[in-house]
Amino acid sequence: MTYIGKSVKRLEDKRFLTGKGKYTDDIVLPGMTHAYIVRSPHAHARILNVNTSKAEELPGVIAVFTGKDVAEVNGVPCGWQVNFKNGDTMKEPPHKLLVADKARHMGDGVAMVIAEDYATAKDAAELIVVDYDPLPAVTNTADALKAGAPTVHDDAPNNICFDWELGTDKAVVDAAFEKAHHITTLEYENQRVIPNAIEPRSAIGHYDDTNERYTLYTSSQNPHLIRLLLCAFVLGIPEHKVRVVSPDVGGGFGSKIFHYTEEALVIWASNQIKRPIKWTAERSESFLTDAHGRDHVTKAEMAFDADGNILAMRAKTIANLGAYLSSFAPAVPTWLYGTLLQGLYTTPAVHVDVTAVFTHTTAVDAYRGAGRPEATYLLERLMDTAALEMKMDPAELRKKNFIPPFDGIEQEGYTTQVALQYDSGNYDRVLDRALEMVDYKKFRADQAAARKEGRLLGIGFSTYIEACGIAPSAVVGALGARAGLFESAHVRVHPTGKVSVYTGAHSHGQGHETTFAQVVADKFGIPLEDVILEHGDSDSVAFGMGTYGSRSLAVGGSAIVKSVEKVIAKGTKIAAHLLEASEADIEFAEGKWSVKGTDKAVGFGDVSLTAYVPHNYPEGLEPGMDFSSFYDPANFTYPFGAHIAIVEIDKETGKTTLQRFIAVDDVGNVINPMIVEGQIHGGLAQGIGQALFEGAIYDESGNLMNGTYMDYTMPRADDLPSFEVDNAVTPCPHNPLGVKGAGEAGCIGSTPAVVNAVMDALSPYGIHDVKMPTTSERVWNIIHANEA
Amino acid sequence: MKVPITITVNGKKHQAEVEARTLLVHFLREHLRLTGTHVGCDTSGCGACTVLLNGKALKSCTMLAVQADGHEVTTIEGMATNGTLHPIQEGFHQKHGLQCGFCTPGMVMTAADLLSKNPNPDDHQIREALEGNFCRCTGYHNIVESVKYAANAMSE
Ligand code: FES
Ligand code: FES
Repeated sequence: MTYIGKSVKRLEDKRFLTGKGKYTDDIVLPGMTHAYIVRSPHAHARILNVNTSKAEELPGVIAVFTGKDVAEVNGVPCGWQVNFKNGDTMKEPPHKLLVADKARHMGDGVAMVIAEDYATAKDAAELIVVDYDPLPAVTNTADALKAGAPTVHDDAPNNICFDWELGTDKAVVDAAFEKAHHITTLEYENQRVIPNAIEPRSAIGHYDDTNERYTLYTSSQNPHLIRLLLCAFVLGIPEHKVRVVSPDVGGGFGSKIFHYTEEALVIWASNQIKRPIKWTAERSESFLTDAHGRDHVTKAEMAFDADGNILAMRAKTIANLGAYLSSFAPAVPTWLYGTLLQGLYTTPAVHVDVTAVFTHTTAVDAYRGAGRPEATYLLERLMDTAALEMKMDPAELRKKNFIPPFDGIEQEGYTTQVALQYDSGNYDRVLDRALEMVDYKKFRADQAAARKEGRLLGIGFSTYIEACGIAPSAVVGALGARAGLFESAHVRVHPTGKVSVYTGAHSHGQGHETTFAQVVADKFGIPLEDVILEHGDSDSVAFGMGTYGSRSLAVGGSAIVKSVEKVIAKGTKIAAHLLEASEADIEFAEGKWSVKGTDKAVGFGDVSLTAYVPHNYPEGLEPGMDFSSFYDPANFTYPFGAHIAIVEIDKETGKTTLQRFIAVDDVGNVINPMIVEGQIHGGLAQGIGQALFEGAIYDESGNLMNGTYMDYTMPRADDLPSFEVDNAVTPCPHNPLGVKGAGEAGCIGSTPAVVNAVMDALSPYGIHDVKMPTTSERVWNIIHANEA
Repeated sequence: MKVPITITVNGKKHQAEVEARTLLVHFLREHLRLTGTHVGCDTSGCGACTVLLNGKALKSCTMLAVQADGHEVTTIEGMATNGTLHPIQEGFHQKHGLQCGFCTPGMVMTAADLLSKNPNPDDHQIREALEGNFCRCTGYHNIVESVKYAANAMSE
């Protein structure tokens, strides 16, 4: 193969490198106006009055809308329903486009000002007087359930959205704990993090009243889904008259999957004022309104026999969903979390219990990994802690409990206690390779020597599995998804043999324009430059479910392969006719159809031309060469890997330095190793960020205390080492490319590895637990409390 | 109140009248429609808006357009010559130093400043030089490789 498996340099690079990328905020439409949204400074407050008269008088202001103006407009919906254990439907309070009566988190939208230019809109916003009656707020996850906690929604008693459980019969799990030789227990917070794509969210709404058509430009990971939600659920406008375009998008990491109020607002308001409206978030707004990630409080226990075999695992989690249900929020702490709680291990009994709560905070939804990092953190922190407590080697403890290798073809997939069937896996191989890369024996010797000198050196492990290639529609439908999760593709072969490919996946950094073209060029045996990929525009792409859950290649790529196969099949008919042979004797390889065993052949370009100039043509065959396909996966895909972190802690300052990070990931077959490595690197940085630096901080009254880049500590270049990455390949047995997905792996595996390494470094102090993020202050306090 | 200014951008002289409060970044993006320079924050913390002012890297959201009056600005649009990428741009392409591309213009301009002062930086120096620029996509690993590639190419 010419392209598949090669590190082809990205075709999309040039426009980004020369400043010609086109992000939503770069777009200017004729007559375009600018919006600014007035947001609640309080986490919880009754809105007594909104006086907009001064703002409306300011020259240049076109309109001001408040919660009252959109009272009759539906709010943004939630796309996933989880039921209470007793079968009742989850609590689903409305999420209005602007609030009229009550603000429920800092940043809740109260009014929208539209003006000729952005500065005027902002000036006018200053003139709006909102009379608030501040109320007590609850922001802390565990506090939400406490008696007397302030109520977020009157129709959700005790702030509970739903409760949920999964796994082995609880009595069986508890019985296994009774028999345990050793039980490891952890109680911890998986803190709230803020995604922070570097491009702030942006949306332009344009209502064209001559054609009665709407266009929405939006920084979204899935334009078609936004269109569907906008039309069918929020505004009730005709879907065929709405075009949604997601042009270049500057990173998403989950936060740009969801349908946000601002998208609906600019569309709705553009019909009111009959002019285009642009809204772009300032970073402070991004902090307050982009859906956040994680935020679990968990108690987890693992039971072992005397040899270190896992007997059972049980966990209880309170998951914070924020003030409103974001598009996929209920799925994250349930079906994307509980289902991964067996990990790579043969654990015979697993039970998880989740209570999802509302608080006066920004909504929480999928953030890179979504539920799977939380599951991995739980298991992998338990494993290293158990090893420490049982005085066993953490690598050995894992290997003892690994599911043996299975390819999903000769050996069946592995069925877990928590509703999944893993497709294929070889877990020893990735850990062995990581141990080799780290030179484990030598490290332990170095560590012993360092400890003698009083230096704090630590190693941490994490072996993870994730469910990707999201997702089989019927399966997720049974689990509460209100959407299908297939993907569409359209392959158009032009008369000259050049190819346009339309995908419903959306690239916002993943490099689809290159990877997908590699696949198509190889399958057709044509040069890479003869293929172009189009995505992100609902007018050109028939339908799409977008990009998230490491699904683009596994699901979107498979849809492309289906269309490619249809082209080849039709080409075979045409070639048989041209070569005067029977179809059965024709084979397609390297860009030509030939009669088996002869040198009679006809090329891709000739067949393409014949399809459009069908003079000498098979009878009854339609002209043209243009196929669309939908692919609904048979199962999730299950990438896995082994991550190892090495840290050194400075006793004097408590500062943790990440010295090395080794990642061996198995994401199935790889189309472009350079791009996969890049995805791993980026994921690692985000996962490491959570371990060492990041975390949203709310004060008692519900103010987000670190909502700026002065305060929210994302990793910078000098906080991280260069990474040591490698991969193994266990192909996915159930999709045509054998791929599993690589977007989230780095972020899922890395967090516990780093925290485990910090714990290991501090183990001379008898420490078995450390809170995330393991900031210098926290670590310094541990050292000084224990040194005294 | 509008103030007349003259700024040379990418070698071309521009005369304009701007509101005194207009930031340089907004002047570049909105008046000149040079949208390669991005805005990623409101606290001068992300570096997406980095340009060269008289050859030195500067976050163009920290400066008013009127302060740049009479000065020379280079933006990402001014880096390639006659369609040939600057070695730093080429380095980012070769070493996969960009994913979504949003931080990239700022990264390239910051790297240009670094390499003009230190043509042969080591990893540590590169990471220190880039610490004012956030990238959420790449984990910085390949950005460091890109800058090294450029340093090599430029010293040849
Ligand atoms: S826009 Fe973030 S530093 Fe200038
Ligand atoms: S490439 Fe996306 S922020 Fe750097």
